[in-house]
Amino acid sequence: MKFVISDEQRALAEAIEQVIEGAGGTNVARTWAAGDLAPGQELWAQLAELGLLGLCVDEADGGMGGTPVDLVVAFERLGYHAVPGPYLESAALLPNLVNPAIREGLVDGSVIATAAIPGLLTYALDSASSTHSYIVNPDSLSPATAGEPMKSIDETRTLSELRATESAAALDEQLVATAIDRATLGCAAVLLGAGERLLHEAVEYAKIRQQFGRTIGEYQALKHQLADVRVALTFVRPLINGAALDLGSPAGPRSVSAAKVAAGDAALLAARVALQVHGAIGYTQEHDLSLWITRVHALLGAWGTARYHRNRVASFIMSPISQLAPVA
Amino acid sequence: MNTETMNLDLTEEQLAFAAEARAWLAEHVPATPLPSMDTAEGFEAHRQWEAELARGGWSVVSWPEEFGGRGAGLIEWVLFEEEYYRAGAPTRVAQNGISLLAPILFGHGTDAQRERFLRPMTDGSLIWAQAWSEPGSGSDLASIRSTARRDEERGGWILNGQKTWSSRAPWADRGFGLFRSDPEAQRHRGLTYFMFPLDAEGITIRPIAQLDGTTGFAEIFFDDVFVADEDVLGEPGDGWRVAMSTAGNERGLSLRSPGRFCAATDRLIDLWHTHQEQEPFAQDAVVDAWIKSEAYRLYTWGTVSTLQNGGDVGAEGSVNKVFWSELDIELHGTALALLGPEAELRGPSAVSNGRWIEDYVFSLGGPIYAGTNEIQRNIIAERLLGLPRGGDGRKSS
Repeated sequence: MKFVISDEQRALAEAIEQVIEGAGGTNVARTWAAGDLAPGQELWAQLAELGLLGLCVDEADGGMGGTPVDLVVAFERLGYHAVPGPYLESAALLPNLVNPAIREGLVDGSVIATAAIPGLLTYALDSASSTHSYIVNPDSLSPATAGEPMKSIDETRTLSELRATESAAALDEQLVATAIDRATLGCAAVLLGAGERLLHEAVEYAKIRQQFGRTIGEYQALKHQLADVRVALTFVRPLINGAALDLGSPAGPRSVSAAKVAAGDAALLAARVALQVHGAIGYTQEHDLSLWITRVHALLGAWGTARYHRNRVASFIMSPISQLAPVA
Repeated sequence: MNTETMNLDLTEEQLAFAAEARAWLAEHVPATPLPSMDTAEGFEAHRQWEAELARGGWSVVSWPEEFGGRGAGLIEWVLFEEEYYRAGAPTRVAQNGISLLAPILFGHGTDAQRERFLRPMTDGSLIWAQAWSEPGSGSDLASIRSTARRDEERGGWILNGQKTWSSRAPWADRGFGLFRSDPEAQRHRGLTYFMFPLDAEGITIRPIAQLDGTTGFAEIFFDDVFVADEDVLGEPGDGWRVAMSTAGNERGLSLRSPGRFCAATDRLIDLWHTHQEQEPFAQDAVVDAWIKSEAYRLYTWGTVSTLQNGGDVGAEGSVNKVFWSELDIELHGTALALLGPEAELRGPSAVSNGRWIEDYVFSLGGPIYAGTNEIQRNIIAERLLGLPRGGDGRKSS
């Protein structure tokens, strides 16, 4: 029994942190949103070099042979820096579903792939800037092309519906289900990272902003809201780590759904409180806070809605259940 | 080095330990729940249960064997607690002593004090009341005004003043609390930690009926009560520092083990199956209660790992306390929603003999005792988030 991350995992997080900071941190999201993809693609190449894109791929296939715990440690950092691009799709969802040649490209960063999953991930992210797009069905994978690009409230995200272009390659249902859960868990980790960053930004602002002759962080009205964010985020991390240990086991879907629900709720609370602490300046697009606030809202409805995931937890813990609403 | 990969696996020995506890509890836990420990009859029944636990060797599993424990590790303690709550075993009437006082006796007590107090604490023969709050000192505990005056001649102290909200005081044997021994000293200084017999001359106990009508706490009046030096815990004047190690324990691991919430969630799911027609929309609340109980269970394993690596809980205990106390209310509130018009019933006509409404009322105290959740949020904001003190009228000492 040991339920804390290892020194190696801490080192992995620090290495990712350094690469992202070196690439300009949140500037990468800014340039990506403005349509200048070069800095984001450069960061993609560097993270591939570090092994992030092959983290979930067996060493025999050229990957890092990492564990799901490594994955959530890594994706929390991506969320913390609002890194743009289809990382969840390329690094967590697709590596075990595509053919070996494509997988090799994913691992070395030469392939950037995105996906849609009917009922769970309605719109594919950044299809135009990806080299490959796929529709992931419960038992098959279809190469696809993207429809008209659509804008998101998160300016780094360009979305589109996908149409299958070739006949689907059959896949093992369990393999697909685990791949989807792996990426959904990665999304929960991104939400946790975004929530942690929102809290950090709000706390730092509360320490310097002065009103009525005092730093606003002295006021209990703000302190208590920020403390509640700390409480919520603290209890998300064990759910994410627990789900990482359960991934691929019969309890996996239940634990992944619990983590996604809790991460979404906590990140949303963090977004609300961080905005309130910042006041009007936080309501501007110019302020970096907007990166995480809009990212959190974008991810709440992606990779399965809260409705879908609560129903899925219910189906495990209180079967038989009544479905309160149609699943996505 | 922290190189082992993350896992929640238990050893054969740990699984065997849990199985042994489960088997003993299955055989010994009373089939019908005991009457509330906050009644005269229930208190006595709970005292006897403590003796039964001690005979089985399950009273204080994590204590050293010389004091009646099994010398079990933290993991085993958590496993035992899980089994204890799953078995529906009685509330621990000895909790003030075992969870709050004993850790301080181990840390700050004299050999003689450990000898006198620890063993009797484990078998129900010595039940402790806590005596922190005073009528004018609740959250602001350092403002207490009850006094301890030196009596050199008799080798002890004379206590005067009033304590209130003293849990278990109506029927307990002894109490522990802080008194101001240096009238010149301010706030946290000049306080001394006393352990006094509740039948001492000059003590008057007035039980207070709680929301549910039972008398779980009481006022204690001190009128020139003599307490000998042997009943001072730690150095005179050092009481605040000594007491704060209790506060940490009360907020941290020991007071609310995850087994309590996991067991209550299991019962909530059963209730949902029989009562979902009453409130179908409670399904999401049941799911959320399960998710939060699971989060709390896993968080506890993280805390255990941290402690085993030599880390400490510190102000994280405040995060923990806010979380479990709010979870407790949400969980029991969901049960009341499912019960609908039946929710208010008590006694034999009620579902589970009225346990849901009684436990709900009990849960309402959670955000108040052991330091209100507002105090905990101040601690989180200042010590974990690094926000500045002040701005709210609190003194900065």
